[in-house]
Amino acid sequence: MNGNREVALVDLLDRLLAGGVVLTGDLTLAIADVDLVHVSLRALIASIDAGEDR
Amino acid sequence: MNEPFGRASYAYAVARSFDPAQLAGVRGVDGAEVRLVRYRDLVAVVSPVPLTEFDEAALRTKLEWLPWLEATARAHHAVVDAVATSSVTLPLRLATVYRGDERVTEVLRQGYRRFRAALDRLAGRVELGVKVYTDPQAMAPAAGPSASSPGRDYLRRRRAQHRAHDDAWQRAAASAERVDATLAGLAVDSRRRPPQRQQLSGVRGENVLNAAYLVDAGRTDEFAAVARCLDAEAPGTRIELTGPWAPYSFAPPDDEEPA
Repeated sequence: MNGNREVALVDLLDRLLAGGVVLTGDLTLAIADVDLVHVSLRALIASIDAGEDR
Repeated sequence: MNEPFGRASYAYAVARSFDPAQLAGVRGVDGAEVRLVRYRDLVAVVSPVPLTEFDEAALRTKLEWLPWLEATARAHHAVVDAVATSSVTLPLRLATVYRGDERVTEVLRQGYRRFRAALDRLAGRVELGVKVYTDPQAMAPAAGPSASSPGRDYLRRRRAQHRAHDDAWQRAAASAERVDATLAGLAVDSRRRPPQRQQLSGVRGENVLNAAYLVDAGRTDEFAAVARCLDAEAPGTRIELTGPWAPYSFAPPDDEEPA
């Protein structure tokens, strides 16, 4: 739907980690949505920090 | 039947039934081919993934590894986007994984009424994203005449910078409220998310509004035109429109499924 433009990762993660229907999957029972956002933010920040160190 | 050899089913979306030929060539996570799991007039779009890659411990570790997170998020989105061009679509949260297609059918069966109601509400509508930023140009204070002492000069400049920053932020925040009120009037529903951190977005200017609007497909041009007008009318702020998106932000809120 977004045509050919590459979607910004930050916009995508806004939606994929905090949006969408939350169903209880078989393998991810204990991962609450807050956790998911939290760990993923850590990933983003870690990658940015690593980029700045270079 | 559960997936043999430690395979699981990664579920991307629930949708009203459609011709699977429309998903020909669409690849999901790890490049796997996607398929439809049917229950009555609903389908779930799934692809096989290795069971061990998505158990809780593995997922916890991988979510902190950006290349994996980005690849998975983009794959998930590509599938959801393809489904949304074919049918009314309810996107699922990233990394919703089941032990096999039989379990997916069971989830469709149990949530049938809830999915149907949600899909009815989303039919013919799309999500548009709107972000309001402060204009970094407006943040910079005008250069004043130089003071006699360099120290005092520096402090004066710092104070002016802080004032300019606060003023620009206030203006952008006021503008954001106006933008949200106006655009919400053109939408069926709206959601506000926490503003994006500059550090993550890499955008110049501070994000003061990060909102999503559920808009009738026939009104998206009007919505975009109004957003452009609002942008032009509010100096010192910048409005960015994204989408159309599948309705990620307008999924029903909980997992309460009647048995």
